[in-house]
Amino acid sequence: MASRETLLNIGLALLLLVLPVIANYSGEPFYVTLATRIAILSLAAVGLNLALGLGGLVSFGHAAFFGIGGYAAGILATHAFSGDPLIFGLPGTKQMLIIWIVAIAAGGLAALLIGLITLRTSGVYFIMITLAFAQMIFYFAISWPAYGGEDGLPIYVRNAFPGVNTLKPLSYFLVCYALLAVGLVLFKLFQDSRFGAALQAARQNEVRVASVGIPPYRIRLVAFVISGMFTAVAGALFADLNRFVSPSMLSWQMSGELIVLIILGGVGRLFGPVAGAALFVLLEHWLGGITERWQFFLGLILLGVVLFARGGLIGLIAGRARHG
Amino acid sequence: MQTALIIEQLLNGLQFGVMLFLMAAGLTLIFGVMGLINLAHGSLYMVGAFACAAVAAWTGSFWLGLIASLAAAAAAGAIVELVVIRRLYDRDHLDQVLATFALILIFSEGTRWVFGSFPLYLDIPALLSGTVPLPGGSRYQLYRLAIIGVGVAVAVGLFLLISKTRLGMRIRAGESDREMIGALGVDVATLYTLVFALGAALAGLAGAMVGAIQSVQVGMGEPVLILAFVVIVIGGIGSIRGALIGAILVGVTDTMGRFLLPQTLMLFMPPSQAAMIGGAIASMLIYLLMAVVLALKPRGLFPAQG
Amino acid sequence: MAEPVLAISELRKTFGALKATDGVSLDLRPGEIHALIGPNGAGKTTLINQIAGTLKPDAGSIRFDGADIGGLGVAERARRGLGRTFQVSSLAPEFSALRNVMLAVQSVQGSSFRFFRPVMRDRSLTEPAMAALERVGLGARAHLPASELSHGERRQIEIAIALALGSKAFLLDEPMAGMGPEGSKRLTEFLDGLRAEAPILLVEHDMNAVFALADRITVLDYGRVIATGTADEIRINPEVRRAYLGDEA
Repeated sequence: MASRETLLNIGLALLLLVLPVIANYSGEPFYVTLATRIAILSLAAVGLNLALGLGGLVSFGHAAFFGIGGYAAGILATHAFSGDPLIFGLPGTKQMLIIWIVAIAAGGLAALLIGLITLRTSGVYFIMITLAFAQMIFYFAISWPAYGGEDGLPIYVRNAFPGVNTLKPLSYFLVCYALLAVGLVLFKLFQDSRFGAALQAARQNEVRVASVGIPPYRIRLVAFVISGMFTAVAGALFADLNRFVSPSMLSWQMSGELIVLIILGGVGRLFGPVAGAALFVLLEHWLGGITERWQFFLGLILLGVVLFARGGLIGLIAGRARHG
Repeated sequence: MQTALIIEQLLNGLQFGVMLFLMAAGLTLIFGVMGLINLAHGSLYMVGAFACAAVAAWTGSFWLGLIASLAAAAAAGAIVELVVIRRLYDRDHLDQVLATFALILIFSEGTRWVFGSFPLYLDIPALLSGTVPLPGGSRYQLYRLAIIGVGVAVAVGLFLLISKTRLGMRIRAGESDREMIGALGVDVATLYTLVFALGAALAGLAGAMVGAIQSVQVGMGEPVLILAFVVIVIGGIGSIRGALIGAILVGVTDTMGRFLLPQTLMLFMPPSQAAMIGGAIASMLIYLLMAVVLALKPRGLFPAQG
Repeated sequence: MAEPVLAISELRKTFGALKATDGVSLDLRPGEIHALIGPNGAGKTTLINQIAGTLKPDAGSIRFDGADIGGLGVAERARRGLGRTFQVSSLAPEFSALRNVMLAVQSVQGSSFRFFRPVMRDRSLTEPAMAALERVGLGARAHLPASELSHGERRQIEIAIALALGSKAFLLDEPMAGMGPEGSKRLTEFLDGLRAEAPILLVEHDMNAVFALADRITVLDYGRVIATGTADEIRINPEVRRAYLGDEA
């Protein structure tokens, strides 16, 4: 018997697939792009949800991984375009599959280095320090002129995926949707696994986890690294969507938005990030159409959600979270 | 010549540090007493700058603007505390982060609504517009020296307030045991509003003073806010002394790094490359400083409790 | 006499001017229940915390199962078979009783770095956990979240966790606290049988239970051991009477 939340998840997954297809064939490619944006931001937030939702690690620095993924795509594409070797004589590439692997590796490495230091702290320290490290990378990107510095880095032609014409909006959407699906399946597997059990237990009671013989620090570090990898690959997709990477992908606002997506949807819920990203992007689009000051109202809505509607959208519809 | 330049840069670093201290002091006080992480502190800095610029443009007096900045920031702080923040004391840090993030959106967009998207400019008051001679022959802006002076005065004032007055005693008691001071009949709600307004006023003061050397625009507060976080992480959350030392450390490190690193690298490599690499490393220097401090002292240089 | 499983010697811990543990030595032999009693503030929980590794002693040694464990962390000591329960029960509140115990089973089996197999369908986890819960009489309540269980039931989960860890020694910090007379009686019977499996260092305020169960009793006062002996020896020990009753001996 499927719970209400499961039905809601299936409905969301289908809607996100069907609506762009309909939009595409009724000559509204703009909405396909909007849906692609939703899928990519969802994937980034699924990554953050691993650390934040399951592990209780309130990272205010996930833009770092998002941006690193974006720059991996941008830098590899730039070198492929110019023909200049990257490092050690290695060339750039236009193949998304290779770009994703590089993005995942770079995001994972950055998460490892940041996690090694930040996870020794907790609470407010953790929030501030993750924010500070992301800001460090942001300023580095701005002051390093080789890859566009403050102006960012264009990707002249969207990168390629074998057998798919990525230039068509719907094809690219389907690539992103497929990756989001992989991300969600992995999240669900992790959540229900031994690793997930240890991670969630460490959020609820760190002392308990240690006293049955499981070291919380190592569990959290691995979670943080995996989380960074997810968000980095989403960053690479985002760069290809916009055909542009800029330091704004690394900004503190981006980190804040990723947290907002999760809260809007529902913390620790499988489809929380998807619901949150859909709500956020649509709100942005809809409010943005009505008033230039849409961020003002977004702030009010967000404030309302935090103060009065804890549990997010999925919580409102499907009721309180249940744990087996 | 070189010595004069170094002294000038040191003073710039000190001035930057003092400004960071005004931000960090409020943040650390609010965290120490109420256990709240306030991202909207940068918005209060912005409110101070805008209030000062608007009133100075309207009345022609920087000094009236300065008073307005204190009043506006304190009032904004008090209102925000009464309407939003006090619902957050019992919440977890995630809710605090989100609600205060929402406040940033509201403040930033609201300010843009009222003042438009173009930056405002604020002139240095005539009284402080001159320069003073430095040893080595160059001259230094009097206004920047005045900022340092104000910062030192505020630091001394805060120490006196906290160590000598009734309010300070209650603040210290609030840091160690919230329920106890409530049980002793102190009006905790009012105490919290006061502390929050005090922190806001300091942020507003910093915003107003900096507004005269940089442009006054939406979004000016958040980069400073994040630096103030670095300051209190280095200094130890909840400690005013830590905030002061951390702020000066960060201010001087950042300024001197940007000045000295490219020059040092020029001894080894061509100037254009030295400028690029030096600049990029300098922009990361304070975060590296933070990482080193954390590796050695995970709770900062002056942990407030325990 | 058999080699002790756990032996601490000359343990010292001070907090400022307070000597919380002042040169304590004691051991735990196979098959025994060794009760640790003393007035409030005598330093019993502080001692347990040092043995379990949550507190670091200033001086002294702790040997467990033939090795010095003084330098090890909490998690490593637990893996070596030191099963402790907490005075204030400490569980993952959102997890069911079963999942709390499964965490211990998973730790015993080795790695927590397994990412793909769902735990609830993993019988090698659920069955031992369920068996442990049934032993403490909590089988019927296994699927309720820990936060919805009574205080006494949460203490039972703690013991089930220690059982599931396959502990070579138990450190039980006031397991009877918060239990009704019926619960205490059942737990007493249970602990009586448990000692055959692994020895128990028992901190307890319920003196009926202590005198019924303990093979040996050590009395702490102001961080010092003032007496060690059988229940009968302790009952007539003048130092103990002075510490508890303020008697002039």
